[in-house]
Amino acid sequence: MAGYERQLALTTQLQARFNAVPSKPPCDKIETFVVAAERLTETLTFLKHEAEPHFEMLFDLSAIDEAGRDGGLTVFYQLLSLSGNADLRLKISLPAKAPILPSACAVWPAANWYERELYDMFGIQVHGHPDLRRILMPEYWEGHPLRKSHPIRATEMPPYQLPEARYRSIMESYRAEDYREPTEDSEEMILNIGPNHPGTHGLLRLVVRLAGEEIRDVRPDIGFHHRGAEKMAERQTYHSYIPYTDRIDYLSGVQNELPYVLTVEQLAGITVPQRAQVIRVMLCELFRIASHMVWIASYSHDTGLLSPPFYAFRDREHLFDVIEMITGGRMHPSFFRIGGVALDLPEGWHEALQGFLKRMPAAIGEYQTLLVSNPILRGRTRGIGILSTAEAIDWGISGPNLRACGLEWDLRKQRPYSGYEHYDFEVPTATEGDALARTEVRLEEIRQSLRIVEQAMRNMPSGPVLSAEARYAFPRKEATLQDIETLIHHFINVSRGMSFPPGESLFITEAPKGMNGYFVVSDGSEKPYRLRIRTPSFPHIQSLALLARGHLMADLIVILGSIDYVLADVDR
Amino acid sequence: MSFTQWLLTFIGLALVLLGLILIAALMVYGERRILALLQDRLGPNRAGPFGLLQPIADFIKLITKEDFVPPFADRMVYTIAPVIVPLTVLLSFAVVPMSNDWWLADLNIALLFVLALSSLRVYGIILGGWASNSKYPLFGGLRAAAQMISYELPMVLALMGVVMLSGSFSLVEIVAAQELPFIILQPLGFIIFLVCGIAETNRLPFDLPEAENELVSGYNTEYGGIRFVFFYLGEYMGMLLIAALITVLFLGGWHGPWLPGVVWFAVKTLALIFLFFWLRTSLPRLRYDQLMDFGWKLMLPAALINLLITAVFGLFWMEN
Repeated sequence: MAGYERQLALTTQLQARFNAVPSKPPCDKIETFVVAAERLTETLTFLKHEAEPHFEMLFDLSAIDEAGRDGGLTVFYQLLSLSGNADLRLKISLPAKAPILPSACAVWPAANWYERELYDMFGIQVHGHPDLRRILMPEYWEGHPLRKSHPIRATEMPPYQLPEARYRSIMESYRAEDYREPTEDSEEMILNIGPNHPGTHGLLRLVVRLAGEEIRDVRPDIGFHHRGAEKMAERQTYHSYIPYTDRIDYLSGVQNELPYVLTVEQLAGITVPQRAQVIRVMLCELFRIASHMVWIASYSHDTGLLSPPFYAFRDREHLFDVIEMITGGRMHPSFFRIGGVALDLPEGWHEALQGFLKRMPAAIGEYQTLLVSNPILRGRTRGIGILSTAEAIDWGISGPNLRACGLEWDLRKQRPYSGYEHYDFEVPTATEGDALARTEVRLEEIRQSLRIVEQAMRNMPSGPVLSAEARYAFPRKEATLQDIETLIHHFINVSRGMSFPPGESLFITEAPKGMNGYFVVSDGSEKPYRLRIRTPSFPHIQSLALLARGHLMADLIVILGSIDYVLADVDR
Repeated sequence: MSFTQWLLTFIGLALVLLGLILIAALMVYGERRILALLQDRLGPNRAGPFGLLQPIADFIKLITKEDFVPPFADRMVYTIAPVIVPLTVLLSFAVVPMSNDWWLADLNIALLFVLALSSLRVYGIILGGWASNSKYPLFGGLRAAAQMISYELPMVLALMGVVMLSGSFSLVEIVAAQELPFIILQPLGFIIFLVCGIAETNRLPFDLPEAENELVSGYNTEYGGIRFVFFYLGEYMGMLLIAALITVLFLGGWHGPWLPGVVWFAVKTLALIFLFFWLRTSLPRLRYDQLMDFGWKLMLPAALINLLITAVFGLFWMEN
C-alpha cells in the first residue's frame, strides 16, 4: 500500500499548499486536480521538483472547450513521473471570453509549442510566453478551430474568396523571418529550408541562422501538414474515427489505432479477448518494423547513401504482403475495432509470416553493414545532435530517442498493455545520446520486435477476436444474417453509432516513434466530445534547435533523420 | 597546312567531340542501369531496346525546355558558367593518347595542360553558383572552390612521382615508359590520385557541391534546360577524363597482351568508371569539415611522403 499512501500524501500536500481540488476520478484512474490559474506555475514547479514522486515530464498540454457542457474552457496538463511511473492531471478552468493562462515555459521548455497550440486552437492568451504566435494554422487564419463555435465543416463557412490584396498579404506572411541579431557580426545569413526540400521528409520548414555553414539557430515552422484530426473526431462516431488514426503517423498504421481503441475500451470498460490481444501485439510489432524500415531508408538517404533505401523498401514490401494478407490493407489497414480486431487471421498467415521472419535477420545484418558499420557514416553521426537524459525529459522526448540517452523507458515494459508482460524481449538502450546511438537503438529494436512477433505467432491462442459486449462492439456479420436481434443492433450501431459512457480516458502506448497518447472526453453521446492526440514527433521537432545549434548545415539533415519524425504526426 | 588537311583535322575534331558527348550520354544511361542493378531495380528500360535510347529522350526533353534565366541572376556569368565545364574537359581530351598512334596532340607539357584545365573547370561551378544569386547554389559553389584547392595539391604531388619515373610531362611518353604499369611502382600515388580524382569530379562520397539532401542540387539548383545539360555532361565527361587519365598514368594506357591497344585503353577506363558508379551506390557523403581534414591532414602528407620516397629511390636507382 506504499503507493496508495504516497498518493494520499501528495493529495494532502496539493490541497493544503495550493488549494487544489481533487476532481471526481474519471474513467482512467489518473489523479486529477483543479487549481486556480494564478497558482499554476508554483504548483507545476512543486510537482516537478519537490513532489514525491517527481513529475519530471510534461507529457501533454491542451484544453477542452466546455461550450457544450458547463461553459468556459478547461486547460489540462498531463504530467508523467518517470521515476515513480505515475501520472497526474492538472486542470484549470478559464472563462470562454478573453482567457488568460500563465506560461509554464519556465518550468518545462517543452511547454512552449503546446502553449502556442493552445493560443492557436482555443485563443487562450498565455502570459509570459516568449513567442506567442499561431503554430499549426497559418498566421492569417481567422478564429480558433478547436472552439466549439468554430465551423466543423467547410460547408458551414461562407464561400472562399481570395482578393488580390489578401493574396499578397498571405504570401507576405510566408516570407522567411530575419531573426539575425543586430550585432556587428555581418557574416550571418538566414537560410530558408523547405517546406519543400529533399532533406525534410515532408512539409517542414526550417528557418536557419547560419554563420558560414555553422548553425547558430533553427526555427522550425510546422503546420503545413495539419488536417485537423482532433476537430474531425468531434463529428465522427467512436468507430468511424478509427481510419483517421491510421493516418496520424502514416508510417505505422495500427500503432495509432492501438492507443485510440485502448483508451475507448478503458472508457467503456471493455475486455478484449485473448486472441485479439495477441493479434494486436503481433500487428503492432510488424508495423514497428515497417516504420523503422522507412526510417532506415530515409536516414541513409539523408547521409547520401543511395542503396539501403531500396533494400529497406524491398523488405518492407514483403512485410506489406503479409499485412495485406492478414488485414486487407497495407499502410493504413483500419484493422482494430473497439473490443478486438475486425477479422480473424486468414488461412496461410502462419507460413507467410514465417517466410518474412526467416529473411529478416539477414536483411538486418545487411543494414547493419551498410549503415552502422560504415566508417563514413559513423564519422558523420558520432557526437552529432547530443541530447542528455535531463534535457530529453525536460523536452518531452520519448521512444528510441529517449532510450538512446540511456534511460530505459519503454511503456511495453513499464506499464504493459495488451499482454506485453507475457513476451520475452529486451529494451535496447545506448548512453551517448547522439545520432549514432539513436541509429543503433533503432536497428536493435527491429530485432526485438521480430522476437515478439515470433512469440505471438507461436503462442496464438484460439477464441473469438471481438468482444461480445453488444453495447460497444459490432455484432459479427455472420450472426446478423441469422437472427433479427443482432441485425437490429448492427443497423443501429452502424448508422447512428454507439453511445459511450461519459468520462475521460487517457491511454499511452509505445509507438515506433515514442509515447503516443490518446485522451478522449466523452459526454455520453456517440461522438467524442473532445479527442486529444499527443504524438511523439511534436516535442521531437520542437527540440530540433537544441540538437542542431553549433553543428554544420550537413549535420542538420542527419539530425533530422536521426530523430525519426513524420510530419503528419507533428501536425495531426 | 593545306585546305584538305585543315578539313580533315576539323572532321576529326568534330568526330571526337560527338563521340565524347555520345559516350558521356551513354555513361548516364549505363550509370542508371548499373545503379538499378545494384539496388534491386530495373532502371530505364522503356525507350528503345534495353532503354538504350533513354539518353536521347532525356536530351530532347532538356533542349526543348524553356531557355530560362532567373530574374535575380547575373545574366552574363550565368550563361557563360555552364559552358566552361564541358569546354575544359573536352580540351583536355586532346592530349590523352588512346593507343600508340591515337591522339590529337602530343604536347611536351600535356600533364600540366590537363591539370591547368582541370583547375579552370571548377570556375564553371563556382561562377554558376555565384551568378545564380541564390543561397543554395552559393553554398555549392563555395564548397566546390574549397574542395578544388584542397584536392588539387595532393593530386598534382601524386603525379610528380609518375613524372619522376618517366622523366616526361608528355602523356604519350609516360605511357611509353610503362613497361611495368606505374600502379605497381606507385601504389600510394595511384590511391591518392584516384581519391583526388573522384573529389575533382564531385562524385560521391565527395559530391558536396551538389549534396542534394542539404543543398537541393547545389551549384546547379537554378539551372534548367540546355544549360543544365552542359553541367551534367561536363560532370560525366569529367569522370571519363579522370578514368582515362588514371589509365594513362597508372594502368599502362594502351599496353596489354593480345588485344589492340585501344581496346585495352577502353577496358581499363570502363573498369574505372564502373568503380565510380559502384562507389556512388555504396558510400555516404562526407561532411564539409571531414572532407577538408581528409584532404589536408591525410592526402597531402601522404602525397609528400610518396614524392620523397620516389625521389630517394629514384636517386639510388640512377646511381646504380
